[in-house]
Amino acid sequence: MIGTDQTSVIEREDLQSLFDVVIARGYVPVGPTVRDGAIVFDEVCRVEDLPGGWTEDQDAGSYRLKRRHDTALFGYNNGPHSWKKYLFPPRAKLWEAVKTENNGLTVREAEDTKRPFAFIGVRSCDLHALQVQDAVFMNPKHPDPLYAGRRGKALVIVVNCGQAAKTCFCTSMNTGPRAEGGYDLALTEILDGDDHYFIAEPGSPDGYSLLAGIPHREADSADVLAAQECTKRAAEQIGRKIEISDVKDLLYRNYDNERWDALERRCLTCANCTMACPTCFCSKVEDVTDLTGGHAERWREWDSCFTMDFSYIHGGSVRPTTRSRYRQWLIHKLATWLDQFGMSGCVGCGRCITWCPVGIDLTEEVRLIRASEKDKEADDG
Amino acid sequence: MAKKPKLAVWKFASCDGCQLSLLDCEDELLAVADHITIANFPEASRAVLDGPYDLSLVEGSITTPHDRDRIQQVRSQSKCLVTIGACATAGGIQALRNFTDVREYMDIVYASPEYISVLQTSTPIADHVPVDFELRGCPINKNQLLEVINAFLNGRRPNVSTNSVCVECKKRGTACIMVTHGTPCMGPVTHAGCGAICPAYNRGCYGCYGAMETPNTSSLAGWMRDLGVSDYELQRMFRTYNAEEPAFRQEGDRYGPEDT
Repeated sequence: MIGTDQTSVIEREDLQSLFDVVIARGYVPVGPTVRDGAIVFDEVCRVEDLPGGWTEDQDAGSYRLKRRHDTALFGYNNGPHSWKKYLFPPRAKLWEAVKTENNGLTVREAEDTKRPFAFIGVRSCDLHALQVQDAVFMNPKHPDPLYAGRRGKALVIVVNCGQAAKTCFCTSMNTGPRAEGGYDLALTEILDGDDHYFIAEPGSPDGYSLLAGIPHREADSADVLAAQECTKRAAEQIGRKIEISDVKDLLYRNYDNERWDALERRCLTCANCTMACPTCFCSKVEDVTDLTGGHAERWREWDSCFTMDFSYIHGGSVRPTTRSRYRQWLIHKLATWLDQFGMSGCVGCGRCITWCPVGIDLTEEVRLIRASEKDKEADDG
Repeated sequence: MAKKPKLAVWKFASCDGCQLSLLDCEDELLAVADHITIANFPEASRAVLDGPYDLSLVEGSITTPHDRDRIQQVRSQSKCLVTIGACATAGGIQALRNFTDVREYMDIVYASPEYISVLQTSTPIADHVPVDFELRGCPINKNQLLEVINAFLNGRRPNVSTNSVCVECKKRGTACIMVTHGTPCMGPVTHAGCGAICPAYNRGCYGCYGAMETPNTSSLAGWMRDLGVSDYELQRMFRTYNAEEPAFRQEGDRYGPEDT
């Protein structure tokens, strides 16, 4: 997509116009901001709300915010939040019912009162995560009205990565670091000496229209090259890897691998990985009643395959052991998802690695399972 | 209108904080009183109606021979018995006596310890009588208490999650303080219910709600050791309000003060 005649340059000092235009068009701009020692997503109305001059160090079970040596606005990698909190909120009312006379019942579907969101600073991996969740929630046979409604109206403004965290592995999952479409507008942030600007590539009619409202100039070949160099640098920094070509068969062959026993000892079943994951979509529904019994509500909440209730059926939980739950999660994410949705459930964002309180690393687990097979082959040979 | 169910609130060894959660319901309290006859709740009213009771809320642990007998009477008068709080569900902070010789303390504290009749241990209600539902917390969350009463009134199962506090942290959007600051936190092994208050204020979870459904205490303790937590501190972390709760007890027993 890069290098089309629509590729433009927005100067750093004109970036506020992006927020102004988005707000003027009725969107709620949400994007990265620094809070509680992390770069989280929240409502951002001004360039000053962005994490200018901040970055972080990430590793398995560890995240440390730190100062950059420059004034980059998007010089960080993904933090604890993902966009799913807007499209698939942690808790949402589905409907309510009121008892009427003669034991009748009036049911009212919950209305979504939120204004449309403009997601600012979507990374390429997260853009793919949106597409993964689209396949789940916008399946034509049974679309989720809340998700579909919000997603349909949302504006997606990508910021391509200029650096990688230690936990990133998008290059393994073919999800980044450069976004190749599926966005409204893609930005690449360039800092070169005193120059600070954004290469902007519109990807939809809304994106073109948005760009028209922001001061910009046409990009030249040097700008295009700078943008390519930027994401190339990020790709080169990536250290983690999953060999995905045969991962499905590998995992299917290894239901009884001894690595699952090691995870039984290590995994906390705390569910942090699934909550942080931008594609995990599991939920539960709870019915609440008021004291009179005349008013009931049905709520949907995030749930996780790591909880006992999640696989509870008559007689108990189907996955009572930790190993069975971790195995379910990992194999679903990397293997059965392919059978179910025709795509991987993992986008290589690395959140599950960083936000695991005891630093369990799925790339390492896959590598060890693979290595154990090779060891076994060597022994048998 | 059908006859209103009768509610009784019973106190055993405890600080009263949990039963006060019921009074703390304020706005909802009148609605509760509309649908339930508060038949025996000395903290709220001197008017006491005789049993049997449809719903008994039991606060506190069993620490005396007298209470050990009294809980049997409470059970026999109660159709449904719900224990509320860490004392009633896990022995409470007073279960720290279980690790010492209680007579030594009596000799130090009281001028005439021979008048005191006390058990060597503080134990949860469920060790003595069958319990229909245990509501965790130190103190309990008033919204969860209302949910339990509500569920009882409507004949349904209460929506009380038994998973980790982490799920609540993530739902409210708190960035994990153990990951971002290296702050030791009991959240991953602790039962949800409080709404993950402490981490939202940059404090590690204290484990007020006791162990979650499948607590991997040894893995968490191992990680906290790597963060620099001493064995003495680890023992303190597992021996607070739920020291007698089996998973916490087992983990706390693994660390000795001699390592300080």
